[in-house]
Amino acid sequence: MGWINARRRRPVAGYAALLLGLVVVALLYGALTRTGAQAAPTTAQQNIANGQALFQATCSSCHGLEAQGTDQAPSLIGAGAAAVYFQMSTGRMPAKEVGAENERKPTTFTEQEILDIAAYIQSIGGGPQIPTPAQVSTAGADTALGSQLFSANCAQCHGFAGAGGALTYGKDAPAMTQATPTQIYTAMLTGPEAMPVFSDGVISPQAKRDIIAYIVQTRTEANPGGLSLGRTGPITEGLVIFLGGMGVLVLIAMWITAKRREPWDVAQQENARAGQSAGTSGTSGTEHR
Amino acid sequence: MSDNIDFPKALTGTGSWLDDRFHGARGLRVFLRKVFPDHWSFLLGEIALWSFVILLLTGTFLSFFFVPSTAEVVYHGSYVKLDGLRMSEAYASTLNISFDVRAGLLMRQIHHWAADLFMAALTIHMLRVFFTGAYRKPREVNWLIGIALFSLGLVEGLFGYSLPDDQLSGAGLRIFEGVLQGIPIVGTYLAFFLFGGPFPGNYIVPRMYIIHVLLIPGLILALITAHLFIMVHQKHTQMPALGNTEKNVVGQPFFPYFMAKGGAWFFFIFGACAVLATFATINPIWLYGPYTPVAISSASQPDWYMGILEGSLRIMPAWEINFLGHTLSLSVLIPFIVPLTVVLGGAAFWPFFERWATGDKSWHNINDRPRNAPIRTATGIAAVTFYGVLWAEGANDVIADKLQIPLYTITWIARVMVFVGPVVAFIVTRRICLGLQRKDKNLLEHGLETGIIRQLPQGEFIEVHRPLDEEELALLEAKKVPALLPGPGSADENGLPAPQGRGVMGRARVIANRGFAETIVVEADGHGNGHGPAEEHAVGAGPAGAEEQAEIGPGELPESSIPHTDPLLWHPHQEPPDES
Amino acid sequence: MSDIEEVEGPGGPVPPPRVIGTPPPTPRLLGSGDGAEDVAAGHGTEVEPAEERMPDVSDFPSHANNAEKIVAACFLIAFIAGCGFIAAYIGLEVGSVDAAFRSNLALGLALSVALLGLGFGALIWVRQLMPDVEVVEQRHEMRSSDADRAAFAEYFAEGTGASQFVKRPMIRRTLMLATLPLVAIPIVVLRDLGPLPGTSLRHTVWSPGRRLLVYGTNTPVTPAQFSAPGGMITIVPDGYQDDPDQLTKAAVILIKFRPGELNIPTRTNGSTVIGTMNWTVDNIVAYSKICTHVGCPVALYEQTTHHILCPCHQSTFDAATGATVIFGPAPRPLPQLPMTVDAQGYLVAKSDFTQPVGPSFWERG
Repeated sequence: MGWINARRRRPVAGYAALLLGLVVVALLYGALTRTGAQAAPTTAQQNIANGQALFQATCSSCHGLEAQGTDQAPSLIGAGAAAVYFQMSTGRMPAKEVGAENERKPTTFTEQEILDIAAYIQSIGGGPQIPTPAQVSTAGADTALGSQLFSANCAQCHGFAGAGGALTYGKDAPAMTQATPTQIYTAMLTGPEAMPVFSDGVISPQAKRDIIAYIVQTRTEANPGGLSLGRTGPITEGLVIFLGGMGVLVLIAMWITAKRREPWDVAQQENARAGQSAGTSGTSGTEHR
Repeated sequence: MSDNIDFPKALTGTGSWLDDRFHGARGLRVFLRKVFPDHWSFLLGEIALWSFVILLLTGTFLSFFFVPSTAEVVYHGSYVKLDGLRMSEAYASTLNISFDVRAGLLMRQIHHWAADLFMAALTIHMLRVFFTGAYRKPREVNWLIGIALFSLGLVEGLFGYSLPDDQLSGAGLRIFEGVLQGIPIVGTYLAFFLFGGPFPGNYIVPRMYIIHVLLIPGLILALITAHLFIMVHQKHTQMPALGNTEKNVVGQPFFPYFMAKGGAWFFFIFGACAVLATFATINPIWLYGPYTPVAISSASQPDWYMGILEGSLRIMPAWEINFLGHTLSLSVLIPFIVPLTVVLGGAAFWPFFERWATGDKSWHNINDRPRNAPIRTATGIAAVTFYGVLWAEGANDVIADKLQIPLYTITWIARVMVFVGPVVAFIVTRRICLGLQRKDKNLLEHGLETGIIRQLPQGEFIEVHRPLDEEELALLEAKKVPALLPGPGSADENGLPAPQGRGVMGRARVIANRGFAETIVVEADGHGNGHGPAEEHAVGAGPAGAEEQAEIGPGELPESSIPHTDPLLWHPHQEPPDES
Repeated sequence: MSDIEEVEGPGGPVPPPRVIGTPPPTPRLLGSGDGAEDVAAGHGTEVEPAEERMPDVSDFPSHANNAEKIVAACFLIAFIAGCGFIAAYIGLEVGSVDAAFRSNLALGLALSVALLGLGFGALIWVRQLMPDVEVVEQRHEMRSSDADRAAFAEYFAEGTGASQFVKRPMIRRTLMLATLPLVAIPIVVLRDLGPLPGTSLRHTVWSPGRRLLVYGTNTPVTPAQFSAPGGMITIVPDGYQDDPDQLTKAAVILIKFRPGELNIPTRTNGSTVIGTMNWTVDNIVAYSKICTHVGCPVALYEQTTHHILCPCHQSTFDAATGATVIFGPAPRPLPQLPMTVDAQGYLVAKSDFTQPVGPSFWERG
């Protein structure tokens, strides 16, 4: 303590105190706030009653008390647990604005709460179920087949490496950098917003695993060529070659052809000599009439 | 002095041996001291030259490993994500180069970055030559060779990045084939002959390969040799400066100065390509996947230099004409033909048009400052705007995604801007050029503002101007005043109009000439107190119809543009001193 | 008489010192060595073009010695980097994505440093070590003298006369005739580059009873399997799933609609039906996946707007009304594939497309 006290007036003490305060706040924040659903969920202990209560408290204002839909939001009867899981775990629901495209944002619900609501919706209308952990496991998946399916059905919206892409009228297909395997699976299964539905009948659960494995491996693998430049193709390459390549080379060309200057110390000496000799004769021009 | 150097016997011996057989001493002696003017913008063409050398070196390395075949193989290489996938040998060999050949990925990336740099350098070099008027006599042929090189570079790059047969470049080839197919009468034949049948066929990759590694590089090498030979023979142009005249070249000698600088430049360019290849991924074909005509990705664009074509395909509305059992797809043909014809054809045609419009048949070895040629500069900027709008439209889906602008909105903006933009750019640029000319005139008349404020004895404050020094004067005085051709109103004593002004072409020529000849001059009579009326006028040179009294021929500058000896003794609101 | 004494030096007006463009020390003027008169262009001071020889000492010797050390250091660094490249080549393996990354980084870094070291060294050598010289070379008139031109014309006329090319038109004309086929031959022999298109662009491999397979898994589809409204999948013809030449025209996009959403009017081209609700099965419709603009796969399907967007040039088609063109350069709707179910319940084609698929061509009609 005395050690700290003896140095309390040093300039660095202020910075140290600030840093300590930031660290403390960060730790408190991390401990006290809830984070969204992360791991593959288990279907045990879903409490339908809890889910119904949560639904009526949060979702029914747009979706109706019986989830029958209103003019603001569609009916959720038949939407299934998978749709609920996807929309809520990615934070898209509760929607922040009616009618707009919903973007991924942090969710304020816990994993358990989401599962409960999902179980409730499943119970009132059925629909696609949340996949089991085994169903979204990427172990032993055929990424070659996944690459074929991805490029034929997904890449045209999401980009060849899942970097996202534009759709019409201001919508866009999001990047796939943050989606968990379960979220990818449920998205394929339920076709959220503008995304088409890829039911198990055409893309089997095994094929879905292959696609998920392909996506996960693509986004985690290193870029052996250096920085990825966004993985959007030649657009960024063109920007780099003009701004980076040509720009830097033009500066170097200016250096190569710049006129030679006297070294600064030689110039200084010359100026000093010039100043001495000009001291007597240089002020002759004051008369200007 | 240099006599003290003892050259090694090997050097002198070899030199003698060669000279005995090839008679080179005198010519080489001249060449050793040959002058190359020093300006940074003269090094832009060299970027393209050294990039080409880098392309040859790295391309040779790649050609030892690349297999130009579309035969299908099942992949079992190092990129395990695609293990078991069926793909062409071309794609598999490219994966092999990237992941199983040491330095292979580096060579691929240097090769591709150098190709992009080659085209970028060519573009900027062409613009430099255009804006400084260095294409004028005697350099028109070199200009045309340059345009040919640019066109060859386009095709070379297109074929080069299509060789690996990946999803992205395959889509580009599909578009190429679709466009070919749409050409009237011969389109389907052209497409079937090039591809050896329906798309994609098995012949396109080996054919592109031989065109890419042999035919076009050979042509480019020959044209570069001609281009450089002409440049050396005619001697390079130089920028207007003190001591530079139409009849000399001022600079540093080739040996050792320009040689060393050229060598340093080569290493810098190679180094830049190497840095890019180390730190920036280009053409990650392993992410694109092998080509299948069934799949496509968003953000599918060709390399940047094909962007103008891509943008023009995107900007077109649907437009097709059906008649007599034939289909003419204008939404494909217009993008294919019009933009490149306008840009490249216009560029090729420009030196001759300018010559026709200005009537200027003289030699030009001193470059123009862009501001001194307002019509040329404005046309160039208009062309750049046209190119730029189409280029940006080629990236419209990426722009829509990253900047959150709706997709169709961007296309609509581009549809308007492609017409409005060049017109506005022309007008604005021309006015900026004339404004800069006015600023130069101001400098000539009043000298440079020093920012030093002086109080006169009677209490008034003036800003002190200093006269321009010789170098600055030389730069401003190098401007040439273009001559007017006889105008439509001009007629000789018998009332016959000048022969050049007759007819549609004659009248068009006169109109163009008026535009080109518009410039800001200092009045012939003034002390440089040039705030009189009609600052903006052209100087007449014809026998009749000369609107101005000053008789100044083309290529000369009015004497009054040399500043008054004491511009500092008075300032614009005072009476000028007595001339005595 | 000038009253800006601050900027006047003893020798005449000296511009104020600036960072850029500070006038250099006057470089030595050399003769150009081509034997022509070297006119002193004047460089602010009187200069005789007498100093023909290039000096072999640096302008500022003390600085030059420092510069020499810098240049040597650059070259040494380049040497070390070059050796580093060889060491990294030998020592670092490739064979996986991570290994390729490491190898590329090491090799690239070494090569960059080696090249840039040489570049910096050479440039500093020129700028700091070599004495600053300037040469004024005279340009020669490009136009040959009249005498030369006349002499050339004379020789040319003599040779032409001796050859009697002008006097004997039969030789001239038959010569030109003889060369004509030889000029045509290089074009003629290209005939076998490819087959004639014939009618191949008018047909695809779809035929009655051919099954629709999901691309990739190559599994057939029943309407019950593809029952989720808003579904979309890429389809290839059975028997040609690995044939790119046929897939270029035969790829199909299959879309499932909710009841009541699909509303394809019956359209004809002359007497040929080109689109109708009869070709759909249970609100499932099949369109050609090949864009009618220039042939990219039309693949972006937006479930909510039922628009199909082609990512290449943004042609947009409305899938609910027969793939009519909403926006973009595509001139025609996507052809619809006539579809039905076979005895086992799988979706099959009823026939080939009733119009040519893909981009337009001259003979299309």
